[in-house]
Amino acid sequence: MLNKSVSKKRKYYELAVKTMMSISAIVTTSLVVFLFLYVIVKGIPNISWELISTKPSYLSERIGILPDILNTVYIVIATLLIVLPLGVGAAIYLTEYATNKSMVMVIEYAAETLSGIPSIIYGLVGMLLFSNSMGTCIMAGALTLVIMNLPTIMRTTQESLKTVPQSYREGAFGLGAGKWRVVRTVVLPGCVDGVITGCILSVGRILGESAALLFTAGFAHALNGFAEGLTSPGATLTVALYVYAKEQGEFGVAFAIAAILMLLTLLINYAASCVQRYYEKRRSV
Amino acid sequence: MHKERVKEKIIHGIFLLLGLVTVGCVLLITIYLILSGIPAIREIGLIKFLFGKEWASTAAEAKFGILPFILTSIYGTAGAIILGVPVGFMTAVYLSKMTSPKIKEIMQAAVSLLAGIPSVVYGLVGMLVLVPGIRKMFHVPDGASLLAAIVVLAIMILPSIIKMSVTALDSVPKEYEDASLALGATPVETYFKVSVPAAKSGIAASVVLGVGRAIGEAMAVMMVAGNVPNMPDSLFQSVRFLTTAVSSEMAYSSGLQRQALFSIALVLFLFIMLINATLNFFLKREKE
Repeated sequence: MLNKSVSKKRKYYELAVKTMMSISAIVTTSLVVFLFLYVIVKGIPNISWELISTKPSYLSERIGILPDILNTVYIVIATLLIVLPLGVGAAIYLTEYATNKSMVMVIEYAAETLSGIPSIIYGLVGMLLFSNSMGTCIMAGALTLVIMNLPTIMRTTQESLKTVPQSYREGAFGLGAGKWRVVRTVVLPGCVDGVITGCILSVGRILGESAALLFTAGFAHALNGFAEGLTSPGATLTVALYVYAKEQGEFGVAFAIAAILMLLTLLINYAASCVQRYYEKRRSV
Repeated sequence: MHKERVKEKIIHGIFLLLGLVTVGCVLLITIYLILSGIPAIREIGLIKFLFGKEWASTAAEAKFGILPFILTSIYGTAGAIILGVPVGFMTAVYLSKMTSPKIKEIMQAAVSLLAGIPSVVYGLVGMLVLVPGIRKMFHVPDGASLLAAIVVLAIMILPSIIKMSVTALDSVPKEYEDASLALGATPVETYFKVSVPAAKSGIAASVVLGVGRAIGEAMAVMMVAGNVPNMPDSLFQSVRFLTTAVSSEMAYSSGLQRQALFSIALVLFLFIMLINATLNFFLKREKE
């Protein structure tokens, strides 16, 4: 409660600002709640087993999103397989090997630049770099996403490497281990949480990505196996949502996909916070 | 011993290469964009390209003026900032200073969800809720407009602004606030006259980050802005942004038209680089 000695003007100021803050917080919260419920309510009734287990057929005028689901899985796997060694390696270089300060600055600046570039530009460059040489295909999309997600993996790995106590490294060096051996046996196990967090964040980003994939991975709905899928064009869930909503006016299907994406986003956020909490607990013990 | 040293050297080299991949990517993107963006600008003429008011890429006498796109992107981003920053900033102060840890945790999870929702989902909801809503509310023939895009962008930049501002506000030393409270300032006065100024670099960075997100967003805007290359004369005009200008014609473009699209991307890239430099400036100040 405010002191009596506070003047009226100050009390009004206090009240006005408090009201504005509450309104803002309520607006933000209700936006989230509205978006979530709206998409779920509109989407869930449209999700059927037939929808998620078949491919689209023009003959029976049926829409199935199984190919899009598989394409999304393929692109996630392919992207992570490539980006993980690159990102983790770069992070290890920065925290363990780099002795040159300006080199570290250049690399970190490059990573920051990459994370600021909008996805439509990635899409364009990916098209020029990859799709023009290997054709529009999932692999070209995955390579584009590799560049996009590189900073994420680098940052999370770096952050967890910084929490590995310096004394561990010194202990290992003191026992006569070489640099590589220290990295392999002491440093790498210490950055598992960072790598996992990075993976979860990247999966989230890949799931939500559409602008970078339109011109690199294309929008076909063919049902393919993994190897075949990588070399042929295919729409991920987000791209399929866009095509169904904007080009074909199939809002039922679009909302079904939106609901699936919404639930996955929720799951990914939850998983990320669980991993973080788990490791924070283990560290503090 | 010698063999061991060679092995270490090789491994060091491999990690150095991995570290340089990011730098290579940035260079590659920059070079590709410049190389593919220059030809069309040369052919059309820089002034005519940047300040031409008409875009008619498929007309018999093709015109490539991207002023409508540039202005739309600027107006759209400015509008999103005007709507989104006050709400985001106030929410951030509320979360950081006013509320209990429990509510803070729940609301931060909600904000993270907002950040994670794919842009096409924003576009979809915008198409079916916002666009008809604007049409009915303002009695305009089509709700797909600059206003719809501004509202969607304002919502999309909220999480960036809130998250970064909360981090900045949380790291204000408790002693500053205690001192202010002890001198007789009310809590709200303390938060706005002590904590906020102390966190101002971080808050400024959050706004710049929001600008970057808004100007770079493509898909959501493509679905709600109507996508006609008009000059943005009114809020209810159907407009096209720099981002959507690139994506909407890419699929069927060829020749000079296609090259012009690359030039648009180059212009967008330059905008982004400028914003990134500003962002880094504020982040560096925040660190100090």
